[in-house]
Amino acid sequence: MIRIEGLTYSYGDGVNALDGVDLEVRDSELLAIVGENGAGKTTLVKHLNGLLKPQRGRVIVEGVDTKETTVATLAKKVGLVFQNPDHMLFAETVEKELSFALINFGLQPEEIAKRVEWALIEFRLSNYRDRSPFTLSGGEKKRVSLASVLCYDPQIIILDEPTTGQDNLQKTRLASTLTKLNRQGKTVIVVTHDIEFVADFIPRVVVMSRGKIIADGPTEEILVRKDVMEASSILPPQLADLSWKMGLNTPSINSEIIVEEIRQMLRGEQK
Amino acid sequence: MAIIEVKGLCYTYPESESPSLIDVNFKAEPGEFVLVTGPSGCGKTTFCRALNGLIPNSYGGDFKGEVMVDGLLTTSTPVYELAQRVGLVFQNPENELFCTTVEREVAFGPENLALPREEIAMRVEEALEIVGISHLKEKSPEELSGGEQQKVAIAALLAMKPKVLVLDEPTANLDPVSAKSVLELMHRLNKNGVTVILVEHRLEMVSHLVDRCVVFEGGRIVADGSPREVLYSDKVSELGVGLPKVVQVSKRLSSLIGEPLRFLTSDELASYVRGRVA
Repeated sequence: MIRIEGLTYSYGDGVNALDGVDLEVRDSELLAIVGENGAGKTTLVKHLNGLLKPQRGRVIVEGVDTKETTVATLAKKVGLVFQNPDHMLFAETVEKELSFALINFGLQPEEIAKRVEWALIEFRLSNYRDRSPFTLSGGEKKRVSLASVLCYDPQIIILDEPTTGQDNLQKTRLASTLTKLNRQGKTVIVVTHDIEFVADFIPRVVVMSRGKIIADGPTEEILVRKDVMEASSILPPQLADLSWKMGLNTPSINSEIIVEEIRQMLRGEQK
Repeated sequence: MAIIEVKGLCYTYPESESPSLIDVNFKAEPGEFVLVTGPSGCGKTTFCRALNGLIPNSYGGDFKGEVMVDGLLTTSTPVYELAQRVGLVFQNPENELFCTTVEREVAFGPENLALPREEIAMRVEEALEIVGISHLKEKSPEELSGGEQQKVAIAALLAMKPKVLVLDEPTANLDPVSAKSVLELMHRLNKNGVTVILVEHRLEMVSHLVDRCVVFEGGRIVADGSPREVLYSDKVSELGVGLPKVVQVSKRLSSLIGEPLRFLTSDELASYVRGRVA
C-alpha cells in the first residue's frame, strides 16, 4: 500500500514540480500515470523509492515513511525501471546484469541461478545470456532492464515508459507479464505517454498536469473526458477522438462498443 | 530517375550467423514520403543504415547487392559525399548531439565540408528557421527537451542540404505532443521536396501523412503499397503489426455491413458515419 499526502516538491527553480499531491495505491493494483512532459510524473515516482524525499507532505510505502528509511531498504520493496536502459545497464553480459542486484542483496547462488533463469525465459532473453547488453537492440535492452528489476522480486514495480521502441507484439507480451505479476499480488505502476497501451491494458489511470493530479479513476471513464485530455495536453486514444467526432453520447475506448454504436447508428439511418 | 535504388541487397552483420536483410529490392522516387514498419528485429534499422552507407562502410559484415542514392553507389562513394545527399536521424537524439550550443551543432556538418563562412552562416540560419528552433540557437543541446533535441539533430542534417532524410523511429522517446510536431515537420519538409524514409511503429500517428508504406519481416520486404492498401491487406494483419484502432473498427464494420470500408483516420470514419446518418 502506498499513501501520498500533500506531497510538494521543487527542484529549486521557483516552480513546484509537485504541488500538493494526494494519492492512494492499494496492494496489487495496476495503474498508469500519464501527463505531458514536466507534469511531475517522474518526480512523483522518485518519491516512492526514496530517491527524492518530500519537502512538504508525506509518502508512506508499505507502512513506512520514506523520510525514515534509506533508498537501500526501499529498493528491496520498490523496483524502479528507468526509461532509458542505457542509464541502467552496465554489466558485461545479460546474465551478469540480471544477477547483479541479487548478489548485492546477498541471496544464495542457487536462488540467484533460479531467478535469473526465470527472467531469461519470461523476457525471451535466453539466447542473449552471454551477450553484452550494449550490443542488443533498443527493445531488447528495455527487456533486460525490466528483467533485472523483476529478478529481485520487489513488491511494488514502477516502470517509466516501458513501451518505447517496442513493437505491437512486444507490447502485448509486456502487458501480459504486467497483468500476471499483478495477479500474483504485485503493485504495478506504469508511467507512460503511450495512451493506446493504457487504453488497452491498464485498468486505473492517474492524470497529472503541472504538478497536480487532475483526474484519477477507471481508464475507460477518464480517457474519454475531453476536458481532462485537453488540460493535460495528452493526445486522446484514437477511439475517444472518434467517439467525440461522431458525437456519441457515451464515448468509449472499446472497439467492440464503438462497432456496435456505429452499427446502430447506420441501422437507424436505414429505417 | 529514382532517388534511391536498392537491388538484391543481402546483409549479415559481422559475427552474426543469420542475415539481417535478404534480397531487398526497393525504389523511391524523388519527393516520396515512405513509411517503413514491421516487428522488432525485422531489418528496418539495418535497412536505414544501408541507405546512408553506414552499412557496410562502417559496420563491415557481409554485403551483397547494391544501394544507389542520387545516382551514387554507397559502397564506392566517400562519406562526405553521401552525407550531402542522405541524412540519418536516430531514435535517441542524446546520443548524437555533442556541441556546446545548438548553433555550433548545426554548423558542424557544413564546417566539415570547408564551405565559406557566409555560406555556413546562411545554411545554419535557414536550417534553424525551417525546423522552427531559431530561438534556441544559443542554448546548449543538453538543456533542451527530447523533442527539441530531435529537432536540433534534424536541423544539423538539413544544413547539409540532403535530398533524402532517413529517420529511424525519431519519435520513440518523445511525448506525443513533441512526436506530433516532429512528424508534422517531416510532412512539411517532404512537401518542400525532400524524400523522406520514416521508420515508425505507431501507425495511427503517421499513416495518413505518407504516400507509401513498406513492411519488413525477417529481413525481407513483405508488403509495399499505399498505406490504405497495406494496412488493409491480409498479409499485414497476420504479421501482428499494431493496426490503428480506426482500421480495426473499419474492418469489423466492413464484414458486418458488407460494405468495403478503408478508413485511416478518425476524421474519415466519423465523417462517413455522420454522412450516412444525416
